[in-house]
Amino acid sequence: MGHRKKNRNVGIVGIGETKFSSHREDVNQPEMINEAVRDALNDAGLSIDDVECVVHGNMELFEMIHQPDLWHTLGTGAYGKDAYRLTTGGTTGGTLVAAADNLVASGMYDVVLAIGFEKLQEGHTTGGITNMADPLWARKLQSGALTDSAAVKVIAEFGEERAKRAAMTYRIIMDKHACLNPNSHRAFGLDWDQMDDLIKNSPPLIGNLRLIHMCSQSDGACAMIFASEEKAKSITDKPVWVRDHICIHREETLNLCNNYYPNQTTHKFAAEKLYERNGITDPVEYFDVFEMYDPSAWWGMDWIRDFFLLKDDEHIKLIENKDIMIDGKIPINPSGGVIAANPIGATAMVRVAEAAKQIRGNAGPHQIPRQVNHALASSFGGTMWTILFMLEKELNW
Amino acid sequence: MSRRVAVCAVAQIKNEPDIWYQRFQGMLLECFEELIKKTGVTFDMDKGIRNIVTCSDDVFDARTISDSGMADVVGAHLRGEKKSAQNGINALGYGMSMILSGHDDLVLVMGHCKESQSESRNMCTNLAYDPFYLRPLGLDFLNVSAFQAREFMKKSNITDEHLAKIVVRSRKNASKNPFARENGSISEKDVISSPYLSDPVRELHQYPVTDWAVGLLLCCEERANEFTDKPVWLTGFGNCMDSYFPGDRELTSNFALKKAAARAYKMAGVKDPKTDIDLFELNDAIAYQLPLWAEGLGLVPEGESDLWVESDGMDRHHVNLSGGMLNGNPIMLSGLARAVECFLQLRGEAENRQVDGVKRALAHGTTGGAGQHHGVIILEK
Repeated sequence: MGHRKKNRNVGIVGIGETKFSSHREDVNQPEMINEAVRDALNDAGLSIDDVECVVHGNMELFEMIHQPDLWHTLGTGAYGKDAYRLTTGGTTGGTLVAAADNLVASGMYDVVLAIGFEKLQEGHTTGGITNMADPLWARKLQSGALTDSAAVKVIAEFGEERAKRAAMTYRIIMDKHACLNPNSHRAFGLDWDQMDDLIKNSPPLIGNLRLIHMCSQSDGACAMIFASEEKAKSITDKPVWVRDHICIHREETLNLCNNYYPNQTTHKFAAEKLYERNGITDPVEYFDVFEMYDPSAWWGMDWIRDFFLLKDDEHIKLIENKDIMIDGKIPINPSGGVIAANPIGATAMVRVAEAAKQIRGNAGPHQIPRQVNHALASSFGGTMWTILFMLEKELNW
Repeated sequence: MSRRVAVCAVAQIKNEPDIWYQRFQGMLLECFEELIKKTGVTFDMDKGIRNIVTCSDDVFDARTISDSGMADVVGAHLRGEKKSAQNGINALGYGMSMILSGHDDLVLVMGHCKESQSESRNMCTNLAYDPFYLRPLGLDFLNVSAFQAREFMKKSNITDEHLAKIVVRSRKNASKNPFARENGSISEKDVISSPYLSDPVRELHQYPVTDWAVGLLLCCEERANEFTDKPVWLTGFGNCMDSYFPGDRELTSNFALKKAAARAYKMAGVKDPKTDIDLFELNDAIAYQLPLWAEGLGLVPEGESDLWVESDGMDRHHVNLSGGMLNGNPIMLSGLARAVECFLQLRGEAENRQVDGVKRALAHGTTGGAGQHHGVIILEK
């Protein structure tokens, strides 16, 4: 049989985030995680005794800790509880949310705490990412997460002038959002009059990818508490429902040729399947917010088309018309997104957490100034891996 | 809502000391192709596998995101994949939850590990300790286990002779298992005279370096008959984390194992494991752990496992007839190896180590030094 509705509804009842920054030298890893865990428990009005199961994830070789959930038990509160560790690179935070969704829906647990973290200051991020490439064929070629493949593709399609301006418009919008979010790692206060200067003078990293386009490497943690429908309703009067999630991987994208098959990206494939099985025909119309895992401005602008199943230059127009701004038609990353903060193992979870906060209406200074009922959140990692989440305010689908 | 999940098929390669001639991908591909052949399962978006759970580890693979490079050979081309980065028993438990959630009908569980690649397993597991207090002291899973071994031997009167008996029995059982690592036979005298690795743990007390890969196809109850006429059911799962600092733990209390087992027993409706479970596969990375875990599971009264070992309790309760982890399975996958033996026994496919009338079996896995984390899964015919 095809995909069917899960066996019980799962609600998000608690959200915790640390402040994201380049250096959290004041805390060690379990202490940093504990900040997010306490924040989530306070948010839900629960104690750690109410949690039955803890799901934990990050990338081992970034901090060179083997199976860090063992040590982090000091900060996660997993002592005496069921404990899972799942990791999938950049998608890790999304994998953890998907796991919590599955674990609660399975009936095995009523309350599950998921924790994503990274303390990139303690390792070498680009070295760590480069180490994921095949040791025989690709490792000597890999440049961490730095690539201008998206820029090459967008420039080829829309011309240099329009593509570069759209990418920088996207970037400045993200910074304007980041300036509203008190947890942002990077919030520069960029403005429109800097556009030409940044396009020309931001230090180049690789090809057309410049420093200003790229995400940061951050320290930080995110914790979320998930509960069964019955429990969720007793814990909070504002549960956010995880309607559905879909996870799509592929491997041979390391062969660059595949970047030129726009009909086959994992983002587009995931979006098509998710919308199809949930009866969503016009995603831009349906969703009130999209929290996207956008590792660079080039990728972010390019991927809008895949996620929203847009045609031609519709995605460029959304950017040029500033429809993706916090008060626009379809706000994207009111949190500032990944370019503003990227503690990698937490990053994809932060997307879901921020989308859920928007639905609750208490995101803080970066709350969208109108009702948010339907949210989309994406994860990105590995060799173009995607997880997509649909969150809902009401249980009426 | 169904409370059980079918294991429809398993496929494994032979446990070997050094699979130098094959990459991870090749090891997994053999398992993958065999599973497809046995079951005819597809990756159709409606009727086939949509999600895969893999089990491997970045440090042992020396590769960031150790599941990257694997997605294609486990069928995750435009399908979902999630990596369980702890003992394979939890990969199986998580796969079970994916099906019980209703989100998936079919889940493929695939694990790979080559311990031969690292210069030293202790270097890998030393990295599990925090960089401030325990790592600089040189702690690793071996020497932390040695603390536990000493404490337990005192508590349960376990002697060097008992441990030698456990090791020799493991080798003997493994010689009947065609997928077991070939270690040759040894005598109890060999064990007792083997050098100390970390007092009181001797070289032959510890499982040898092993490379292996394995795959299992899980399915929801309603559709199991599409893929096999002899499903084995996963009916209970539980796991539990103990505290981190060895000094904070009562190392012989089996705190985490008792909780993990109680949860699995409750879910599967097991009242007394001694009578309700016919076969046990325990994660004995080091010889002393076999009786220690047997106490934790309620198979042996606490502090009395010396008598249990002497009176051939291990044979009476059908414990580790596969040879156990002690004969050699990679640390990441030992829980899956345990479950695979239970599967074969429940199907009546364990050849000349087959036990008659096995209806319910228990597979166990541990992660971390001296069993900081335990997982227990119950399988039934």
